[in-house]
Amino acid sequence: MAVPKRKMSRSNTRSRRANWKATVVATTTCPQCKAPMQPHIACPSCGTYKGRHYGVAERTEHQG
Amino acid sequence: MPTPTKGPRLGGGPAHERLILANLATSLFEHDRITTTEAKAKRLRPLAERLVTFAKRGDLSARRRVMTVIRDKGVVHRLFVEIGPDMAERPGGYTRITKIGPRKGDNAPMAVIELVREPVAKKATVKEAEGATKRAAKDDAAQREAAQAEAQLAETETAATESTELPAGAVAATEDGSAPEGYTVKGNADSGKYHVEGSQWYDQTVAEFWFKDAQAAEAAGFEPAGGAAKQVEDEA
Repeated sequence: MAVPKRKMSRSNTRSRRANWKATVVATTTCPQCKAPMQPHIACPSCGTYKGRHYGVAERTEHQG
Repeated sequence: MPTPTKGPRLGGGPAHERLILANLATSLFEHDRITTTEAKAKRLRPLAERLVTFAKRGDLSARRRVMTVIRDKGVVHRLFVEIGPDMAERPGGYTRITKIGPRKGDNAPMAVIELVREPVAKKATVKEAEGATKRAAKDDAAQREAAQAEAQLAETETAATESTELPAGAVAATEDGSAPEGYTVKGNADSGKYHVEGSQWYDQTVAEFWFKDAQAAEAAGFEPAGGAAKQVEDEA
């Protein structure tokens, strides 16, 4: 099995990890409750999508 | 090679996948609306719509084919008696997938797949479609007019160039290749030769110009094809 020959330096490790970036999630405003929501996904605060209501879409406390 | 299935494979094997999809379809027809992962919803949709099509047909053979997928007789009864008649007016698109947020635990994107049971909203869509076709027709007409204007411009240009090339005493060929009235001698612009009626190559020649007689053609600088002896007009 191939194994590393040398210890990886702190600098190399950190410069690799420096490129792990989170991206901003695009959001729009819910036309029903004006809360921010992701486009093409039912609103997590009021559960509506295109005028229809989906109870399961509403976020509860446990779901964070 | 058969076309591979669209979308992700589910479960641990083909049989497992069939079972998953059959169970999902059974639940969908039992409850009208189920929550599942987006991948499963997308795989379920074509299967469910096919089963609804069988339900719309409603005969015994269709029922037996549905029974091969959905093993629950009660659910099949509901599909054929309640859901099928509801979909009678609907030309496909029997299910609707709505995405909801990701699931806690594995962050899998979830979706609600439901049967579209409400009556077909004909008025709005028809109006919309009519408006769209009207707009399209208008755009089309505008485009066609523009194209025509361009074509006319091009035509006038070409006509202008052609008229300068047209030799004296000649008439340009008509579009269908028939002789203009009174003009019987064919003039070939490529070879610069003329053919009188009834001569050897007359029938196969494509005339660019038409002359009244051999003298007119000669005056315009055209030569007799195959020598003057062959292009003597029959006076009788």
